[in-house]
Amino acid sequence: MSQGALSVPHHTQTRSGWLDSLSTLLFVRRRLLLACLLIPPLLWFGVIYLGSLLSLLANSFFKIDEFSGQLVREFTLQNFIDLFQPANIDVAVRSVVMSSAVTVACAALAFPLAYYMARYARGTQKAILYIAVMLPLWSSYLVRLYAWKLLLAKEGAISWVLQAVHMQWLLDAFLTLPVVGGNSLSFSPFGTFVVFVYMWLPFMVLPILVALERIPPSLIEASADLGSTPSQTFWKVIWPLAMPGIAAGSVFTFSLTLGDYIIPQVIGNSTKYIGQVVYTQQGVAGNLPFAAAFSIVPIVVIGVYLWLAKRKGVFDAL
Amino acid sequence: MPSNPISSAPVRVSKAPGASLGLKISTWAVVAFLHIPLALIILYAFSAEDKTYVFPPPGLTTKWFAVALGREEVWAALLLSVKVALWATGIAMVLGTLAAAALARTQFFGREAINVLLILPIALPGILTGIALRSGYHTLEIPFSFWTIVIGHATFCVVVVYNNAVARLRRMSPTLIEASMDLGANLFQTLRYIILPQLGSALLAGGLLAFALSFDEVIVTTFTAGQQTTLPIWMLQELVRPRQRPVTNVVAVFVIALTAIPILLAYWLTRADEDSQTR
Repeated sequence: MSQGALSVPHHTQTRSGWLDSLSTLLFVRRRLLLACLLIPPLLWFGVIYLGSLLSLLANSFFKIDEFSGQLVREFTLQNFIDLFQPANIDVAVRSVVMSSAVTVACAALAFPLAYYMARYARGTQKAILYIAVMLPLWSSYLVRLYAWKLLLAKEGAISWVLQAVHMQWLLDAFLTLPVVGGNSLSFSPFGTFVVFVYMWLPFMVLPILVALERIPPSLIEASADLGSTPSQTFWKVIWPLAMPGIAAGSVFTFSLTLGDYIIPQVIGNSTKYIGQVVYTQQGVAGNLPFAAAFSIVPIVVIGVYLWLAKRKGVFDAL
Repeated sequence: MPSNPISSAPVRVSKAPGASLGLKISTWAVVAFLHIPLALIILYAFSAEDKTYVFPPPGLTTKWFAVALGREEVWAALLLSVKVALWATGIAMVLGTLAAAALARTQFFGREAINVLLILPIALPGILTGIALRSGYHTLEIPFSFWTIVIGHATFCVVVVYNNAVARLRRMSPTLIEASMDLGANLFQTLRYIILPQLGSALLAGGLLAFALSFDEVIVTTFTAGQQTTLPIWMLQELVRPRQRPVTNVVAVFVIALTAIPILLAYWLTRADEDSQTR
Protein backbone atom coordinates (compact mmCIF):
# COMPACT_ATOMS: atom_id res chain seq x y z
CA MET A 1 0.00 0.00 0.00
CA SER A 2 2.50 2.50 1.21
CA GLN A 3 4.90 1.71 -1.65
CA GLY A 4 2.56 3.85 -3.73
CA ALA A 5 4.49 6.83 -2.40
CA LEU A 6 7.53 5.66 -4.38
CA SER A 7 5.93 6.66 -7.65
CA VAL A 8 4.97 10.24 -6.75
CA PRO A 9 6.93 12.11 -9.42
CA HIS A 10 7.22 15.68 -8.14
CA HIS A 11 8.91 14.65 -4.95
CA THR A 12 11.97 13.17 -6.65
CA GLN A 13 14.29 15.87 -5.30
CA THR A 14 13.38 15.40 -1.66
CA ARG A 15 12.42 11.81 -2.23
CA SER A 16 14.59 10.07 0.33
CA GLY A 17 13.88 12.64 3.02
CA TRP A 18 10.18 12.47 2.31
CA LEU A 19 10.19 8.70 2.35
CA ASP A 20 12.23 8.62 5.52
CA SER A 21 9.75 10.71 7.41
CA LEU A 22 6.84 8.65 6.08
CA SER A 23 8.74 5.55 7.10
CA THR A 24 9.32 6.90 10.59
CA LEU A 25 5.70 7.93 10.88
CA LEU A 26 4.52 4.45 9.94
CA PHE A 27 7.08 2.77 12.15
CA VAL A 28 6.20 4.83 15.19
CA ARG A 29 2.48 4.77 14.65
CA ARG A 30 1.93 1.05 14.15
CA ARG A 31 -1.83 1.45 14.03
CA LEU A 32 -1.54 3.69 10.99
CA LEU A 33 0.63 1.09 9.25
CA LEU A 34 -1.86 -1.61 10.20
CA ALA A 35 -4.72 0.46 8.83
CA CYS A 36 -2.88 1.07 5.54
CA LEU A 37 -2.28 -2.67 5.18
CA LEU A 38 -5.78 -3.74 6.14
CA ILE A 39 -7.95 -1.24 4.29
CA PRO A 40 -7.70 -2.77 0.76
CA PRO A 41 -8.45 -6.39 1.75
CA LEU A 42 -11.13 -5.29 4.21
CA LEU A 43 -12.80 -3.12 1.60
CA TRP A 44 -12.80 -5.99 -0.90
CA PHE A 45 -14.17 -8.56 1.53
CA GLY A 46 -16.44 -6.21 3.42
CA VAL A 47 -18.07 -4.65 0.37
CA ILE A 48 -18.02 -7.41 -2.24
CA TYR A 49 -18.20 -10.58 -0.20
CA LEU A 50 -20.15 -9.61 2.89
CA GLY A 51 -22.33 -7.32 0.78
CA SER A 52 -23.17 -10.26 -1.48
CA LEU A 53 -23.95 -12.54 1.45
CA LEU A 54 -26.21 -9.88 2.95
CA SER A 55 -28.00 -9.37 -0.34
CA LEU A 56 -28.51 -13.14 -0.48
CA LEU A 57 -29.98 -13.08 3.00
CA ALA A 58 -32.19 -10.11 2.12
CA ASN A 59 -33.40 -11.87 -1.03
CA SER A 60 -34.53 -14.86 0.99
CA PHE A 61 -37.17 -12.61 2.58
CA PHE A 62 -38.48 -11.36 -0.78
CA LYS A 63 -40.71 -13.16 -3.24
CA ILE A 64 -41.34 -13.61 -6.91
CA ASP A 65 -44.54 -12.27 -8.42
CA GLU A 66 -46.33 -15.38 -9.66
CA PHE A 67 -47.61 -13.80 -12.86
CA SER A 68 -44.83 -11.54 -14.03
CA GLY A 69 -41.91 -13.49 -12.54
CA GLN A 70 -40.50 -10.21 -11.25
CA LEU A 71 -38.79 -9.84 -7.90
CA VAL A 72 -41.09 -8.20 -5.33
CA ARG A 73 -39.13 -6.45 -2.60
CA GLU A 74 -41.58 -7.02 0.23
CA PHE A 75 -40.83 -8.74 3.50
CA THR A 76 -42.26 -12.25 3.66
CA LEU A 77 -41.45 -15.47 5.47
CA GLN A 78 -43.18 -17.56 2.80
CA ASN A 79 -39.88 -18.97 1.45
CA PHE A 80 -38.96 -20.34 4.84
CA ILE A 81 -42.42 -21.82 5.29
CA ASP A 82 -42.10 -23.46 1.86
CA LEU A 83 -38.86 -25.09 2.99
CA PHE A 84 -40.92 -27.36 5.21
CA GLN A 85 -42.90 -28.87 2.36
CA PRO A 86 -42.39 -32.68 2.34
CA ALA A 87 -40.50 -32.63 -0.98
CA ASN A 88 -37.99 -30.11 0.31
CA ILE A 89 -37.51 -31.89 3.62
CA ASP A 90 -36.91 -35.03 1.58
CA VAL A 91 -34.11 -33.31 -0.33
CA ALA A 92 -32.53 -31.93 2.84
CA VAL A 93 -32.65 -35.29 4.64
CA ARG A 94 -31.24 -37.12 1.61
CA SER A 95 -28.39 -34.61 1.36
CA VAL A 96 -27.54 -34.92 5.04
CA VAL A 97 -27.59 -38.74 4.87
CA MET A 98 -25.35 -38.69 1.79
CA SER A 99 -22.96 -36.21 3.43
CA SER A 100 -22.74 -38.33 6.57
CA ALA A 101 -22.10 -41.53 4.59
CA VAL A 102 -19.42 -39.80 2.51
CA THR A 103 -17.79 -38.42 5.66
CA VAL A 104 -17.64 -41.83 7.35
CA ALA A 105 -16.26 -43.50 4.22
CA CYS A 106 -13.64 -40.77 3.75
CA ALA A 107 -12.49 -41.13 7.37
CA ALA A 108 -12.24 -44.91 7.02
CA LEU A 109 -10.12 -44.64 3.87
CA ALA A 110 -8.06 -41.65 4.95
CA PHE A 111 -7.03 -42.86 8.38
CA PRO A 112 -4.76 -45.78 7.37
CA LEU A 113 -3.08 -43.63 4.71
CA ALA A 114 -2.50 -40.72 7.10
CA TYR A 115 -1.37 -43.10 9.84
CA TYR A 116 1.16 -44.75 7.55
CA MET A 117 2.41 -41.36 6.34
CA ALA A 118 2.80 -39.99 9.85
CA ARG A 119 4.37 -43.00 11.54
CA TYR A 120 6.20 -45.07 8.96
CA ALA A 121 6.90 -43.19 5.74
CA ARG A 122 10.26 -41.42 5.63
CA GLY A 123 12.24 -39.37 3.14
CA THR A 124 11.39 -39.86 -0.51
CA GLN A 125 8.51 -42.21 0.18
CA LYS A 126 6.90 -39.62 2.42
CA ALA A 127 7.36 -36.88 -0.18
CA ILE A 128 5.81 -39.11 -2.85
CA LEU A 129 2.83 -39.94 -0.64
CA TYR A 130 2.41 -36.29 0.24
CA ILE A 131 2.36 -35.28 -3.42
CA ALA A 132 0.03 -38.20 -4.15
CA VAL A 133 -2.50 -36.67 -1.75
CA MET A 134 -1.84 -33.02 -2.66
CA LEU A 135 -2.08 -33.39 -6.42
CA PRO A 136 -5.68 -34.65 -6.53
CA LEU A 137 -6.66 -32.07 -3.91
CA TRP A 138 -5.62 -29.21 -6.14
CA SER A 139 -6.08 -30.68 -9.59
CA SER A 140 -9.12 -30.30 -11.73
CA TYR A 141 -12.42 -31.19 -10.14
CA LEU A 142 -14.12 -31.57 -13.52
CA VAL A 143 -11.41 -33.72 -15.03
CA ARG A 144 -11.56 -36.07 -12.07
CA LEU A 145 -15.32 -36.20 -12.34
CA TYR A 146 -14.95 -36.94 -16.04
CA ALA A 147 -12.58 -39.79 -15.20
CA TRP A 148 -15.30 -41.39 -13.11
CA LYS A 149 -17.75 -41.09 -15.95
CA LEU A 150 -15.30 -43.16 -17.99
CA LEU A 151 -14.74 -45.64 -15.16
CA LEU A 152 -18.38 -46.18 -14.20
CA ALA A 153 -19.88 -46.27 -17.70
CA LYS A 154 -21.65 -49.49 -18.69
CA GLU A 155 -18.90 -50.28 -21.20
CA GLY A 156 -16.22 -48.76 -18.96
CA ALA A 157 -13.22 -50.06 -17.08
CA ILE A 158 -14.95 -51.32 -13.91
CA SER A 159 -17.40 -53.46 -15.87
CA TRP A 160 -14.54 -54.75 -17.97
CA VAL A 161 -12.50 -55.79 -14.93
CA LEU A 162 -15.52 -57.49 -13.36
CA GLN A 163 -16.22 -59.35 -16.58
CA ALA A 164 -12.62 -60.44 -16.82
CA VAL A 165 -12.81 -62.03 -13.37
CA HIS A 166 -16.38 -63.34 -14.03
CA MET A 167 -17.97 -61.21 -11.32
CA GLN A 168 -20.36 -59.23 -13.53
CA TRP A 169 -23.31 -61.00 -11.88
CA LEU A 170 -22.33 -59.45 -8.57
CA LEU A 171 -22.52 -55.93 -9.99
CA ASP A 172 -25.83 -56.71 -11.71
CA ALA A 173 -27.27 -58.05 -8.47
CA PHE A 174 -26.04 -54.99 -6.61
CA LEU A 175 -27.59 -52.62 -9.13
CA THR A 176 -31.03 -54.21 -8.70
CA LEU A 177 -31.04 -53.24 -5.02
CA PRO A 178 -33.55 -50.47 -4.18
CA VAL A 179 -32.21 -47.08 -2.93
CA VAL A 180 -28.55 -47.53 -3.99
CA GLY A 181 -28.98 -49.30 -7.37
CA GLY A 182 -29.78 -48.05 -10.84
CA ASN A 183 -29.41 -48.71 -14.56
CA SER A 184 -25.64 -48.79 -14.43
CA LEU A 185 -23.06 -47.64 -11.92
CA SER A 186 -22.87 -44.20 -13.49
CA PHE A 187 -26.66 -43.78 -13.09
CA SER A 188 -26.92 -45.08 -9.52
CA PRO A 189 -26.85 -43.28 -6.16
CA PHE A 190 -24.00 -45.62 -5.21
CA GLY A 191 -22.00 -44.16 -8.11
CA THR A 192 -22.69 -40.65 -6.78
CA PHE A 193 -21.48 -41.78 -3.37
CA VAL A 194 -18.23 -43.28 -4.72
CA VAL A 195 -17.42 -40.12 -6.66
CA PHE A 196 -18.10 -37.90 -3.64
CA VAL A 197 -15.77 -40.06 -1.53
CA TYR A 198 -13.09 -39.90 -4.22
CA MET A 199 -13.38 -36.14 -4.62
CA TRP A 200 -13.14 -35.16 -0.96
CA LEU A 201 -10.78 -37.88 0.30
CA PRO A 202 -7.66 -35.63 0.27
CA PHE A 203 -9.52 -33.07 2.39
CA MET A 204 -9.78 -35.76 5.07
CA VAL A 205 -6.25 -37.15 4.76
CA LEU A 206 -4.40 -33.88 5.34
CA PRO A 207 -6.03 -32.81 8.67
CA ILE A 208 -5.65 -36.35 10.08
CA LEU A 209 -2.02 -36.33 8.99
CA VAL A 210 -1.42 -33.00 10.74
CA ALA A 211 -3.07 -34.29 13.95
CA LEU A 212 -1.06 -37.54 13.92
CA GLU A 213 2.22 -35.77 13.24
CA ARG A 214 1.68 -33.58 16.28
CA ILE A 215 1.74 -36.60 18.62
CA PRO A 216 5.20 -36.63 20.19
CA PRO A 217 6.94 -40.03 19.88
CA SER A 218 7.80 -39.80 23.57
CA LEU A 219 4.11 -40.07 24.40
CA ILE A 220 3.89 -43.42 22.62
CA GLU A 221 7.07 -44.60 24.31
CA ALA A 222 5.70 -43.54 27.67
CA SER A 223 2.55 -45.51 27.02
CA ALA A 224 4.60 -48.60 26.20
CA ASP A 225 6.87 -48.04 29.20
CA LEU A 226 3.86 -47.95 31.44
CA GLY A 227 2.98 -51.40 30.20
CA SER A 228 0.24 -50.94 27.62
CA THR A 229 0.03 -53.23 24.62
CA PRO A 230 0.32 -51.72 21.12
CA SER A 231 -3.44 -51.90 20.67
CA GLN A 232 -4.06 -50.18 24.01
CA THR A 233 -1.60 -47.45 22.99
CA PHE A 234 -3.46 -47.04 19.74
CA TRP A 235 -6.94 -46.77 21.23
CA LYS A 236 -6.05 -44.86 24.39
CA VAL A 237 -3.35 -42.50 23.12
CA ILE A 238 -3.25 -42.20 19.34
CA TRP A 239 -6.97 -42.39 18.53
CA PRO A 240 -8.15 -39.62 20.90
CA LEU A 241 -5.36 -37.36 19.68
CA ALA A 242 -6.29 -38.05 16.03
CA MET A 243 -9.92 -37.13 16.71
CA PRO A 244 -9.54 -33.34 16.17
CA GLY A 245 -8.01 -34.11 12.75
CA ILE A 246 -10.91 -36.36 11.82
CA ALA A 247 -13.34 -33.71 13.03
CA ALA A 248 -11.63 -30.98 10.99
CA GLY A 249 -11.61 -33.22 7.91
CA SER A 250 -15.25 -34.15 8.40
CA VAL A 251 -16.24 -30.47 8.33
CA PHE A 252 -14.72 -30.29 4.83
CA THR A 253 -16.21 -33.53 3.50
CA PHE A 254 -19.59 -32.76 5.02
CA SER A 255 -19.82 -29.19 3.80
CA LEU A 256 -18.42 -29.94 0.34
CA THR A 257 -20.92 -32.78 -0.22
CA LEU A 258 -23.78 -30.70 1.06
CA GLY A 259 -23.09 -27.83 -1.33
CA ASP A 260 -22.16 -29.72 -4.48
CA TYR A 261 -24.57 -29.66 -7.39
CA ILE A 262 -22.38 -30.87 -10.24
CA ILE A 263 -21.46 -34.40 -9.18
CA PRO A 264 -25.06 -35.63 -8.73
CA GLN A 265 -25.95 -33.98 -12.02
CA VAL A 266 -23.28 -35.92 -13.95
CA ILE A 267 -23.18 -39.21 -12.00
CA GLY A 268 -26.37 -40.66 -10.55
CA ASN A 269 -30.07 -41.04 -11.23
CA SER A 270 -32.31 -38.01 -11.09
CA THR A 271 -32.64 -37.83 -7.29
CA LYS A 272 -31.97 -34.27 -6.17
CA TYR A 273 -29.69 -32.87 -3.50
CA ILE A 274 -29.68 -29.43 -1.85
CA GLY A 275 -27.14 -27.95 -4.28
CA GLN A 276 -29.16 -28.94 -7.34
CA VAL A 277 -32.40 -27.53 -5.94
CA VAL A 278 -30.69 -24.21 -5.22
CA TYR A 279 -29.17 -24.21 -8.68
CA THR A 280 -32.35 -24.99 -10.59
CA GLN A 281 -34.47 -22.66 -8.45
CA GLN A 282 -32.32 -19.66 -9.25
CA GLY A 283 -31.54 -20.69 -12.83
CA VAL A 284 -34.32 -22.48 -14.71
CA ALA A 285 -37.10 -21.52 -12.28
CA GLY A 286 -35.78 -17.98 -11.86
CA ASN A 287 -36.87 -17.96 -8.22
CA LEU A 288 -33.88 -16.32 -6.56
CA PRO A 289 -35.66 -15.70 -3.21
CA PHE A 290 -36.51 -19.36 -2.74
CA ALA A 291 -33.02 -20.42 -3.83
CA ALA A 292 -31.60 -17.97 -1.31
CA ALA A 293 -33.77 -19.38 1.46
CA PHE A 294 -32.82 -22.95 0.52
CA SER A 295 -29.11 -22.08 0.44
CA ILE A 296 -29.37 -21.15 4.11
CA VAL A 297 -30.18 -24.81 4.89
CA PRO A 298 -26.57 -26.05 4.44
CA ILE A 299 -25.29 -23.17 6.59
CA VAL A 300 -27.68 -24.15 9.38
CA VAL A 301 -26.81 -27.86 9.04
CA ILE A 302 -23.06 -27.15 9.12
CA GLY A 303 -23.58 -24.80 12.07
CA VAL A 304 -25.43 -27.52 14.00
CA TYR A 305 -22.75 -30.02 13.05
CA LEU A 306 -19.96 -27.74 14.32
CA TRP A 307 -21.88 -27.05 17.51
CA LEU A 308 -22.37 -30.78 18.16
CA ALA A 309 -18.70 -31.46 17.47
CA LYS A 310 -17.70 -28.70 19.86
CA ARG A 311 -20.06 -29.96 22.55
CA LYS A 312 -18.61 -33.45 22.23
CA GLY A 313 -15.25 -31.84 22.84
CA VAL A 314 -13.55 -33.12 19.68
CA PHE A 315 -11.79 -29.80 19.16
CA ASP A 316 -10.45 -29.62 22.70
CA ALA A 317 -7.22 -31.40 21.85
CA LEU A 318 -6.43 -28.89 19.10
CA MET B 1 -4.14 -51.71 12.53
CA PRO B 2 -4.05 -51.88 16.34
CA SER B 3 -1.14 -54.33 16.10
CA ASN B 4 1.40 -51.67 15.30
CA PRO B 5 4.92 -52.46 16.34
CA ILE B 6 6.01 -48.97 17.34
CA SER B 7 5.67 -49.38 21.06
CA SER B 8 7.55 -52.69 21.08
CA ALA B 9 10.74 -50.95 19.97
CA PRO B 10 12.85 -50.31 23.06
CA VAL B 11 14.82 -47.46 21.55
CA ARG B 12 13.32 -45.39 18.76
CA VAL B 13 15.98 -44.81 16.17
CA SER B 14 15.32 -42.44 13.29
CA LYS B 15 14.09 -45.31 11.12
CA ALA B 16 10.88 -46.65 12.58
CA PRO B 17 10.17 -50.38 12.38
CA GLY B 18 8.09 -51.47 9.41
CA ALA B 19 4.34 -51.15 9.22
CA SER B 20 2.09 -54.18 9.25
CA LEU B 21 1.23 -55.68 5.88
CA GLY B 22 -2.43 -54.75 6.20
CA LEU B 23 -1.58 -51.10 6.77
CA LYS B 24 0.81 -51.06 3.81
CA ILE B 25 -1.77 -52.62 1.53
CA SER B 26 -4.54 -50.24 2.56
CA THR B 27 -2.21 -47.24 2.18
CA TRP B 28 -1.21 -48.08 -1.36
CA ALA B 29 -4.74 -49.15 -2.26
CA VAL B 30 -6.01 -45.69 -1.28
CA VAL B 31 -3.21 -44.06 -3.29
CA ALA B 32 -4.22 -46.21 -6.26
CA PHE B 33 -7.86 -45.21 -5.77
CA LEU B 34 -6.77 -41.57 -5.95
CA HIS B 35 -4.67 -41.93 -9.08
CA ILE B 36 -6.06 -44.67 -11.33
CA PRO B 37 -8.86 -42.41 -12.60
CA LEU B 38 -6.31 -39.77 -13.66
CA ALA B 39 -4.18 -42.38 -15.42
CA LEU B 40 -7.28 -43.57 -17.23
CA ILE B 41 -7.95 -40.08 -18.60
CA ILE B 42 -4.53 -40.05 -20.21
CA LEU B 43 -5.15 -43.46 -21.76
CA TYR B 44 -8.51 -42.37 -23.18
CA ALA B 45 -6.98 -39.33 -24.86
CA PHE B 46 -5.26 -41.77 -27.22
CA SER B 47 -8.32 -43.95 -27.77
CA ALA B 48 -9.28 -44.62 -31.37
CA GLU B 49 -12.94 -45.07 -30.38
CA ASP B 50 -14.91 -41.83 -30.55
CA LYS B 51 -18.54 -42.76 -29.78
CA THR B 52 -18.48 -44.56 -26.43
CA TYR B 53 -16.34 -44.91 -23.32
CA VAL B 54 -15.48 -48.54 -24.16
CA PHE B 55 -12.65 -50.10 -22.17
CA PRO B 56 -10.05 -51.15 -23.14
CA PRO B 57 -9.77 -48.75 -26.10
CA PRO B 58 -9.83 -50.75 -29.35
CA GLY B 59 -6.80 -48.91 -30.69
CA LEU B 60 -4.48 -46.03 -29.92
CA THR B 61 -4.02 -42.88 -31.97
CA THR B 62 -2.67 -39.36 -31.54
CA LYS B 63 -4.98 -37.81 -34.12
CA TRP B 64 -7.35 -36.32 -31.52
CA PHE B 65 -4.62 -34.02 -30.29
CA ALA B 66 -4.49 -32.44 -33.74
CA VAL B 67 -8.29 -32.25 -33.89
CA ALA B 68 -8.47 -30.60 -30.46
CA LEU B 69 -5.73 -28.13 -31.36
CA GLY B 70 -7.81 -27.07 -34.37
CA ARG B 71 -10.91 -26.25 -32.32
CA GLU B 72 -11.38 -22.53 -32.05
CA GLU B 73 -13.97 -22.62 -29.30
CA VAL B 74 -11.55 -24.62 -27.13
CA TRP B 75 -8.83 -22.05 -27.70
CA ALA B 76 -11.20 -19.20 -26.90
CA ALA B 77 -12.29 -20.89 -23.67
CA LEU B 78 -8.68 -21.61 -22.72
CA LEU B 79 -7.66 -18.02 -23.38
CA LEU B 80 -10.54 -16.68 -21.28
CA SER B 81 -9.66 -19.04 -18.42
CA VAL B 82 -6.00 -18.02 -18.47
CA LYS B 83 -6.89 -14.32 -18.56
CA VAL B 84 -9.33 -14.67 -15.67
CA ALA B 85 -6.83 -16.73 -13.68
CA LEU B 86 -4.04 -14.19 -14.24
CA TRP B 87 -6.17 -11.24 -13.13
CA ALA B 88 -7.64 -13.13 -10.17
CA THR B 89 -4.17 -14.26 -9.10
CA GLY B 90 -2.80 -10.73 -9.39
CA ILE B 91 -5.57 -9.24 -7.24
CA ALA B 92 -5.36 -12.12 -4.76
CA MET B 93 -1.59 -11.68 -4.42
CA VAL B 94 -1.90 -7.99 -3.57
CA LEU B 95 -4.80 -8.42 -1.12
CA GLY B 96 -3.46 -11.65 0.39
CA THR B 97 0.00 -10.19 1.01
CA LEU B 98 -1.38 -7.05 2.60
CA ALA B 99 -3.66 -9.06 4.86
CA ALA B 100 -0.81 -11.40 5.78
CA ALA B 101 1.51 -8.49 6.61
CA ALA B 102 -1.16 -6.99 8.84
CA LEU B 103 -2.18 -10.18 10.64
CA ALA B 104 0.97 -12.30 10.84
CA ARG B 105 2.50 -10.84 14.00
CA THR B 106 -0.11 -8.58 15.49
CA GLN B 107 -2.85 -9.03 18.05
CA PHE B 108 -5.83 -6.73 18.05
CA PHE B 109 -9.55 -6.85 18.57
CA GLY B 110 -11.29 -8.30 15.52
CA ARG B 111 -8.19 -10.08 14.21
CA GLU B 112 -9.84 -13.49 14.40
CA ALA B 113 -12.95 -12.15 12.69
CA ILE B 114 -10.87 -10.90 9.75
CA ASN B 115 -9.14 -14.25 9.58
CA VAL B 116 -12.48 -16.05 9.39
CA LEU B 117 -13.74 -13.58 6.78
CA LEU B 118 -10.77 -14.39 4.52
CA ILE B 119 -11.30 -18.16 4.85
CA LEU B 120 -15.10 -18.04 4.51
CA PRO B 121 -15.30 -18.01 0.66
CA ILE B 122 -13.47 -21.32 0.52
CA ALA B 123 -14.94 -22.87 3.68
CA LEU B 124 -18.57 -22.31 2.74
CA PRO B 125 -19.88 -24.48 -0.08
CA GLY B 126 -18.95 -22.91 -3.45
CA ILE B 127 -22.58 -22.69 -4.45
CA LEU B 128 -23.18 -20.21 -1.62
CA THR B 129 -20.37 -17.92 -2.70
CA GLY B 130 -21.63 -18.19 -6.27
CA ILE B 131 -25.27 -17.49 -5.58
CA ALA B 132 -24.39 -14.71 -3.11
CA LEU B 133 -22.26 -12.92 -5.72
CA ARG B 134 -24.98 -13.40 -8.29
CA SER B 135 -27.60 -11.90 -6.02
CA GLY B 136 -25.18 -9.07 -5.22
CA TYR B 137 -24.65 -8.31 -8.92
CA HIS B 138 -28.38 -8.60 -9.44
CA THR B 139 -29.19 -6.15 -6.64
CA LEU B 140 -26.72 -3.57 -7.96
CA GLU B 141 -27.80 -4.31 -11.55
CA ILE B 142 -24.26 -5.04 -12.68
CA PRO B 143 -24.33 -6.93 -16.00
CA PHE B 144 -22.20 -10.08 -16.28
CA SER B 145 -18.82 -9.54 -17.86
CA PHE B 146 -15.21 -10.66 -17.76
CA TRP B 147 -14.83 -8.67 -14.54
CA THR B 148 -17.71 -10.31 -12.71
CA ILE B 149 -15.86 -13.63 -13.13
CA VAL B 150 -12.56 -12.12 -12.01
CA ILE B 151 -14.10 -10.60 -8.86
CA GLY B 152 -15.55 -13.96 -7.83
CA HIS B 153 -12.31 -15.83 -8.45
CA ALA B 154 -10.13 -13.24 -6.70
CA THR B 155 -12.35 -13.44 -3.62
CA PHE B 156 -11.71 -17.15 -3.01
CA CYS B 157 -8.07 -17.02 -4.17
CA VAL B 158 -6.98 -14.47 -1.52
CA VAL B 159 -6.91 -17.07 1.25
CA VAL B 160 -4.41 -19.25 -0.64
CA VAL B 161 -1.87 -16.44 -1.01
CA TYR B 162 -2.62 -15.29 2.53
CA ASN B 163 -1.93 -18.74 4.03
CA ASN B 164 1.41 -19.07 2.26
CA ALA B 165 2.52 -15.53 3.12
CA VAL B 166 1.46 -15.78 6.78
CA ALA B 167 3.29 -19.08 7.23
CA ARG B 168 6.48 -17.56 5.82
CA LEU B 169 6.19 -14.29 7.76
CA ARG B 170 5.77 -16.21 11.02
CA ARG B 171 8.93 -18.23 10.32
CA MET B 172 10.89 -15.09 9.45
CA SER B 173 12.90 -13.65 12.29
CA PRO B 174 11.60 -10.20 13.35
CA THR B 175 15.12 -9.31 14.56
CA LEU B 176 16.24 -9.10 10.92
CA ILE B 177 13.82 -6.25 10.31
CA GLU B 178 14.93 -4.51 13.49
CA ALA B 179 18.58 -4.95 12.53
CA SER B 180 17.94 -3.49 9.09
CA MET B 181 16.29 -0.44 10.57
CA ASP B 182 18.96 -0.07 13.25
CA LEU B 183 21.50 0.05 10.46
CA GLY B 184 19.68 3.04 8.98
CA ALA B 185 17.38 1.57 6.34
CA ASN B 186 13.89 3.02 6.24
CA LEU B 187 10.74 0.91 6.12
CA PHE B 188 10.67 0.81 2.32
CA GLN B 189 14.31 -0.18 1.97
CA THR B 190 13.75 -2.87 4.58
CA LEU B 191 10.74 -4.06 2.61
CA ARG B 192 12.71 -4.09 -0.65
CA TYR B 193 15.95 -5.65 0.58
CA ILE B 194 14.99 -7.73 3.63
CA ILE B 195 11.32 -8.71 3.60
CA LEU B 196 10.51 -9.26 -0.07
CA PRO B 197 13.52 -11.47 -0.87
CA GLN B 198 12.52 -13.78 1.96
CA LEU B 199 8.82 -13.65 1.16
CA GLY B 200 9.27 -14.06 -2.60
CA SER B 201 9.10 -17.81 -3.04
CA ALA B 202 6.15 -18.12 -0.64
CA LEU B 203 4.28 -15.49 -2.65
CA LEU B 204 5.15 -17.28 -5.87
CA ALA B 205 3.90 -20.56 -4.42
CA GLY B 206 0.69 -18.91 -3.26
CA GLY B 207 0.24 -17.28 -6.65
CA LEU B 208 0.73 -20.60 -8.46
CA LEU B 209 -1.85 -22.32 -6.28
CA ALA B 210 -4.26 -19.42 -6.75
CA PHE B 211 -3.77 -19.72 -10.51
CA ALA B 212 -4.49 -23.46 -10.42
CA LEU B 213 -7.55 -22.86 -8.25
CA SER B 214 -8.97 -20.16 -10.49
CA PHE B 215 -8.11 -21.89 -13.77
CA ASP B 216 -10.12 -24.91 -12.68
CA GLU B 217 -13.03 -23.29 -10.89
CA VAL B 218 -16.50 -24.05 -12.16
CA ILE B 219 -19.05 -23.77 -9.33
CA VAL B 220 -18.70 -20.05 -8.63
CA THR B 221 -18.05 -19.36 -12.31
CA THR B 222 -21.41 -20.75 -13.49
CA PHE B 223 -23.11 -18.13 -11.32
CA THR B 224 -20.97 -15.16 -12.35
CA ALA B 225 -20.13 -15.79 -16.01
CA GLY B 226 -23.36 -15.03 -17.85
CA GLN B 227 -22.89 -16.22 -21.44
CA GLN B 228 -19.12 -16.52 -21.36
CA THR B 229 -17.42 -19.89 -21.57
CA THR B 230 -14.32 -20.60 -19.54
CA LEU B 231 -12.56 -23.91 -20.10
CA PRO B 232 -14.19 -25.56 -17.03
CA ILE B 233 -17.60 -24.39 -18.21
CA TRP B 234 -16.90 -25.87 -21.65
CA MET B 235 -15.94 -29.14 -19.95
CA LEU B 236 -19.05 -29.10 -17.80
CA GLN B 237 -21.22 -28.72 -20.90
CA GLU B 238 -19.45 -31.71 -22.42
CA LEU B 239 -19.93 -33.72 -19.23
CA VAL B 240 -23.64 -33.09 -19.06
CA ARG B 241 -24.22 -33.51 -22.81
CA PRO B 242 -21.25 -35.26 -24.45
CA ARG B 243 -20.93 -34.16 -28.07
CA GLN B 244 -17.25 -34.45 -28.84
CA ARG B 245 -15.80 -37.09 -26.54
CA PRO B 246 -12.35 -37.38 -28.13
CA VAL B 247 -11.78 -33.61 -27.96
CA THR B 248 -12.95 -33.60 -24.33
CA ASN B 249 -10.46 -36.39 -23.53
CA VAL B 250 -7.59 -34.36 -24.98
CA VAL B 251 -8.67 -31.16 -23.21
CA ALA B 252 -8.86 -33.12 -19.93
CA VAL B 253 -5.24 -34.25 -20.31
CA PHE B 254 -4.25 -30.70 -21.10
CA VAL B 255 -6.02 -29.41 -17.99
CA ILE B 256 -4.29 -32.07 -15.84
CA ALA B 257 -0.91 -30.86 -17.12
CA LEU B 258 -1.73 -27.18 -16.76
CA THR B 259 -2.85 -27.57 -13.14
CA ALA B 260 -0.28 -30.18 -12.07
CA ILE B 261 2.71 -28.06 -13.10
CA PRO B 262 1.91 -25.02 -10.89
CA ILE B 263 0.96 -27.33 -7.98
CA LEU B 264 4.23 -29.29 -8.13
CA LEU B 265 6.19 -26.07 -8.55
CA ALA B 266 4.47 -24.52 -5.53
CA TYR B 267 5.18 -27.65 -3.48
CA TRP B 268 8.82 -27.55 -4.50
CA LEU B 269 9.13 -23.83 -3.70
CA THR B 270 7.79 -24.12 -0.16
CA ARG B 271 9.42 -27.52 0.40
CA ALA B 272 12.94 -26.24 -0.25
CA ASP B 273 12.22 -23.44 2.18
CA GLU B 274 11.09 -25.77 4.96
CA ASP B 275 14.30 -27.78 4.61
CA SER B 276 16.49 -24.73 4.94
CA GLN B 277 14.47 -23.67 7.98
CA THR B 278 15.10 -26.86 9.88
CA ARG B 279 18.78 -26.99 9.05
